[in-house]
Amino acid sequence: MGDSQYSFSLTTFSPTGKLVQIEHALMAVGSGQTSLGIKAANGVVIATEKKLPSILVDETSVQKIQLMTTNIGVVYSGMGSDSRVLVRKSKKQAQQYYRLYKEQIPVAQLVRETAAVMQEFTQSGGVRPFGVSLLVAGYDDNGPQLYQVDPSGSYFSWKASAMGKNVSNAKTFLEKRYTDDMELDDAVHTAILTLKEGFEGQISGKNIEIGIIGADRKFRILPPTEIDDYLAEVE
Amino acid sequence: MSIFEYNGSALVAMVGKNCFAIASDRRLGVQLQTIATDFQRIFKIHDKLYIGLSGLATDVQTLYQRLAFRHKLYQLREERDMKPETFASLVSALLYEKRFGPYFCQPVLAGLGDDNVPFICTMDCLGAKELAKDFVVSGTASESLYGACESMYKPNMEPEELFETISQALLSSVDRDCLSGWGGHVFVV
Repeated sequence: MGDSQYSFSLTTFSPTGKLVQIEHALMAVGSGQTSLGIKAANGVVIATEKKLPSILVDETSVQKIQLMTTNIGVVYSGMGSDSRVLVRKSKKQAQQYYRLYKEQIPVAQLVRETAAVMQEFTQSGGVRPFGVSLLVAGYDDNGPQLYQVDPSGSYFSWKASAMGKNVSNAKTFLEKRYTDDMELDDAVHTAILTLKEGFEGQISGKNIEIGIIGADRKFRILPPTEIDDYLAEVE
Repeated sequence: MSIFEYNGSALVAMVGKNCFAIASDRRLGVQLQTIATDFQRIFKIHDKLYIGLSGLATDVQTLYQRLAFRHKLYQLREERDMKPETFASLVSALLYEKRFGPYFCQPVLAGLGDDNVPFICTMDCLGAKELAKDFVVSGTASESLYGACESMYKPNMEPEELFETISQALLSSVDRDCLSGWGGHVFVV
């Protein structure tokens, strides 16, 4: 790239007006495992591939989908260790909000604060941007919400989105399948079908992860047995 | 003389049927000398939330400015008004921040929550919340106010009757307190 002179200093703009480090961070995301989220009329579902480096890895110890609060969950594509740092900070921010207002933090506010953290790391000395994009799914007084947060710190609300390796195929598939009045169960089926599209190998409850939140406002990570049930329904 | 009695104040809030009333006296004094008879102690946070602050007048004004600031930021960020319960938690947290050098104020909050359910509460100067279903009082005339409210209050009053009740309770109590009086401000929502 002609920008190579500017490509390793984070805090210097290239002449084309890009921060090349952020572009590289997005590449890191783009080579991560596929993850996606779908907002239904009565809830949100997020899902990801869980390809482990070897069959010797204990898959029950790996959890890519995590809770930020009881009613907000998150999944990532990109570097897992970076996502853990972000989730840890966000959990703390959510609790600080509760301590001040005795009210659960609205999803949009938590996403704003997480995005602010990610942006800080694009404008400080001696740090690098986070190599993850997050999909945040939550249910609050404004209903079900799905947000994507990028390494640059920008965030968007989506009806359905995908990130990672298979992003373009997954998004095309979602565009075709998405309807505004989808129920949560239909959304889970659609999520599974979308993952299946780009999946190498045999899909099962052990190599994908699904998290859902419904009107009960409790984010739940589905156990492998339940995922297998959904898979059977989809067949 | 206690620092809370330096300026003199009387505040009362009452719950009615889908409405609330909050009233205060208007005297600002420096110990025994009256220096103003139009001092504002009740402030609007938003259309359905009012806060009254009794105690040291300088802290009343400073605390109100801090709270208005926090609420405006909240409105800008979250694009909605604060619920009364949330605001009460915020006031409590702000007061406790100054645990070892407090604001010499006792706030009285009154607001309408979702579905216009009235909410009132009071706090001591360190932020200990006291929720009530009927009325709350604060200030140098608080003991008289307790007595007056206890006898005059009825649940589920309509706004007009609530106005009469709270005004009578306030006026008769401040008459028995030399540090508060000179009329009253009443807000009924």
